[in-house]
Amino acid sequence: MSATAVHSLWTTAADPISKIDAPKIEYGQLSPTLIVIGAAIVGVLIEALVPRKSRYYAQVFVSVVALAAAFAAVVALAAGGYGTTKAHIAAMGAIAVDGPSLFLQGTILLAGILGVFTFAERRLDPEVHGNRVDSFAAQAASVPGSDSEKAAVKAGFTTTEVFPLLLFAIGGMLVFPSANDLLTLFVALEVFSLPLYLLCAVARRKRLMSQEAAVKYFLLGAFASAITLFGIALLYGYAGSVSYATIAQVVDGTITNVDPALAGTMGNDALLLIGAAMVVMGLLFKVGAVPFHMWTPDVYQGAPTPVTGFMAAATKVAAFGALLRLLYVVLPGLRWDWRPVMWAVAIVTMLGGAIVAITQTDIKRLLAYSSIAHAGFILAGVIATSPDGVSSVLFYLGAYSFVTIGAFAVVTLVRDAGGEATHLSKWAGLGRRSPLVAAVFAVFLLAFAGIPLTSGFAGKFAVFKAAAEGGAGALVVVGVISSAIAAFFYIRVIVLMFFSEPRPEGPTVAVPSPLTMTAIAVGVAVTLVLGVAPQYFLDLAGQAGVFVR
Amino acid sequence: MSFPLLTATAALPALGAIATAAVPAAQRVAAKWLALLVSLGTLVLAAVTLVRFDPDGDRYQLTESHAWIKEFGVRYELGVDGIAVALIALTALLIPFVILAGWHDADPHETGSRRWRPTQGFFALILAVEAMVIISFEATDVFLFYIFFEAMLIPMYFLIGGFGDKAHEHGDEVAATQRTYAAVKFLLYNLVGGLIMLAAVIGLYVVAGNFSLQEIVEARANGSLHMATNTERWLFLGFFFAFAVKAPLWPLHTWLPNAMGEATAPVAVLITAVVDKVGTFAMLRFCLQLFPEASKWATPVILVLALISIIYGALLAVGQRDIKRLVAYASISHFGFIILGIFAMTSQGQSGATLYMVNHGISTAALMLVAGFLISRRGSRLIADYGGVQKVAPVLAGTFLIGGLATLSLPGLAPFVSEFLVLVGTFTRYPAVGIIATLGIVLAALYTLVLYQRTMTGPVKAEVAEMPDLRVRELLVVAPLIALLIFLGVYPKPVTDIVNPAVQQTMSDVHQKDPKPEVEAAK
Repeated sequence: MSATAVHSLWTTAADPISKIDAPKIEYGQLSPTLIVIGAAIVGVLIEALVPRKSRYYAQVFVSVVALAAAFAAVVALAAGGYGTTKAHIAAMGAIAVDGPSLFLQGTILLAGILGVFTFAERRLDPEVHGNRVDSFAAQAASVPGSDSEKAAVKAGFTTTEVFPLLLFAIGGMLVFPSANDLLTLFVALEVFSLPLYLLCAVARRKRLMSQEAAVKYFLLGAFASAITLFGIALLYGYAGSVSYATIAQVVDGTITNVDPALAGTMGNDALLLIGAAMVVMGLLFKVGAVPFHMWTPDVYQGAPTPVTGFMAAATKVAAFGALLRLLYVVLPGLRWDWRPVMWAVAIVTMLGGAIVAITQTDIKRLLAYSSIAHAGFILAGVIATSPDGVSSVLFYLGAYSFVTIGAFAVVTLVRDAGGEATHLSKWAGLGRRSPLVAAVFAVFLLAFAGIPLTSGFAGKFAVFKAAAEGGAGALVVVGVISSAIAAFFYIRVIVLMFFSEPRPEGPTVAVPSPLTMTAIAVGVAVTLVLGVAPQYFLDLAGQAGVFVR
Repeated sequence: MSFPLLTATAALPALGAIATAAVPAAQRVAAKWLALLVSLGTLVLAAVTLVRFDPDGDRYQLTESHAWIKEFGVRYELGVDGIAVALIALTALLIPFVILAGWHDADPHETGSRRWRPTQGFFALILAVEAMVIISFEATDVFLFYIFFEAMLIPMYFLIGGFGDKAHEHGDEVAATQRTYAAVKFLLYNLVGGLIMLAAVIGLYVVAGNFSLQEIVEARANGSLHMATNTERWLFLGFFFAFAVKAPLWPLHTWLPNAMGEATAPVAVLITAVVDKVGTFAMLRFCLQLFPEASKWATPVILVLALISIIYGALLAVGQRDIKRLVAYASISHFGFIILGIFAMTSQGQSGATLYMVNHGISTAALMLVAGFLISRRGSRLIADYGGVQKVAPVLAGTFLIGGLATLSLPGLAPFVSEFLVLVGTFTRYPAVGIIATLGIVLAALYTLVLYQRTMTGPVKAEVAEMPDLRVRELLVVAPLIALLIFLGVYPKPVTDIVNPAVQQTMSDVHQKDPKPEVEAAK
């Protein structure tokens, strides 16, 4: 066959298709996500190609540089007005580039950088066979206690795969709050969830507990994903589209060009209500709201503490971002239906988290229940359904994620022979042994409790104010009561650290490398700065409070 | 721009607290001197404030106003009226004595880590409390006030829970447990009060749209801000609850005896003479001015609660076996008088209440600090462990007696004037309440004199036979306080002159006039 003939065959076959335009992708506006995902792929290649000895350094370097570059891209986009005047929907309607997206992406990236620092910490555990070790198993695939595990430890293997996994998770999280159609939302959900399940399973110590936590998280998470997906299918049945804008139009009854083939099933309210409820349920699972919170304590406790810290901060940010967009962009027309339900969820979440936390004896479980209570407080801001509500939630998420990462980073420092000493009784008298570490942790606890002059108070005030202005005064009262209950157990830890006699066989405080120290120092600094002078960040969150539709 | 005097008065102890905390572990004595110097410097600044304040001038003077958190409508607004200026002076005056009296209270009696610096911490925390108390007296922005009203709980909490009397009749273990309990009780009571107030603060913002005390009061007065009756009442209750916990008013008082009993004497003085005053002060400044109608609405109930506080506190003081708890219950009784004076809504009552805050601060400080010196010598807080002290330590016994007599409002000592004013002010409007309140004075005589009789007179107990008399440092603490008690008892005019115009203002805010004396026409 001659070359011309091939060419003509090709063009003939392609002719009807050529009417479809090539998708228009705004690479510049999507650059934060693309950088992080690209770096994750580079990380996978590093695992495959770089000698074992150098992998750790290469991975840490790539991760930090990528996250910093992505953060710089976010800042550049925000400075270029994409958060406000130039906010629009990119990638053929799949991704929204607007204020909330950029604010949350920035928060997630900063949390990610601190997360990498805590992941990379190798000075806390004593050296094993002359090799420095981090919080992750030598070889995740080897059975705990087996010979192959011992061999892996002896050979000085480390699970440097955690860094690309972390980057993939962050990549998913960046898309999650900016997803502008339901399928993108679901893909992002899976992209950030699956690496997190894996990360939960790779603790160096207490490996069985860690694997158990991962299995629980995976099973419950898979259920939640399935429910979300089913909800998406129902919503598609209702609106004939997965695009946020179209669904919102159908809900409002302002849709113009309906596909005649779908007109028969469209507009069925049962599909809408059930579908919306199922999607929201999936998101509430991710934020850890009662009654979808069951996984939180076990996973927080079992996962390696750096992973817990990162997950507690960043997952919450991403999931609340997605929830906000869903409720404010897709379902504002359904406000009178979802508000009562969210009221109930917020109330049980605030009270449930605070009350159950009182009985906890493990610091990681305690922080897990505290994170549930905080999810309730944030929900109070979500319910406000006003721009103020959005910006208060954004501010709260930013403030909360730094406190959380800092607090869990402190938890990694307090150790005894069995690794981290997470049982509360072992923290007795920590204030005498290491006043500085105890004081730093006390600052984080006071911020969790929402004491004035910490970021926790500014955040709590912002969401409660938005809720009160949005007519949810009763929620504020419940919030205030659960804050009082919650204060009790934060104070209990402070009492234990400062007023109890140290135990003779108590834990020691490891001296960390500058990595963890940076994470903690940034946490403390942000906590105090946002407590004393929050105006700049409130202003930022205020400008970022409008969703593009 | 003029020199920000009010900011400086609060900032100096705050910076001093940081500096004191940063003193190296080995330099304990330097930390003490630094704290003392800072507190004296603050006293100088407070004195300058007092001099620069013109009683006949504007309502709020030396004002400062800066944008702070625009998104919340919060401004950094400071300003003092006569009441605030008097209380700032009281605070700045008492802190040096508190520091001097607690000179050895935080010397480490065990070795901890190299970084464990209890002495530095103790004095830094005292200065931190001073800074926060002063700024909450100065704040004319509700949010700004709230922040420091709440934040001062944290250093206070560490002061109560972290430092106690060295010797304890039940041993160190029990002492530590009781102290922790007292600290947690203190914090939880006050936090709950504060959080309920937070809901009311947010509610106030939703109604008024800003936090400026002056703007809201003005807007309410000229009718541009209307508050529904029920809204006003709920907001009033939210604010009042927090202040009533802090003050403390029966039945929210139960944290005070624990806290004062377990804390060291200087810290107990800090609680009752300084921090609690913020509660009664805030009733005058915020409850009455922001919610005048609701204040009048709640007056009958509050008067009854105040009466119960007076009588109940005094009765329980009579029955105490523990010297410090006795002083605590006496304080509850006195806070009853202060609240009675505030809500009697007469100018004598409110002037008396303000004067009472100052005098109660000085007299309780004198009594409690001497009691602390006594307790540190014997190592017991129980009244029954003492007897005949006046024979071994006459100066100690004498100062204790004067402090006690001040507490029972003996004429010639400062508290008499204020108690008299409160009673007169109450009587002109509510005669029955005034008569019942007088019972409190009788009971006060009972508990102070019985306390003195049991501890100081009678045969000398073997354990106190070797008791040394007051040392120079201790005399330096007590003598000025006693001199002040006598001076203000004979000549209270300097304080009343400053306070009266502010009280008149507050009275006009609640649309109250003093009842006219009625004379029955001769037939």
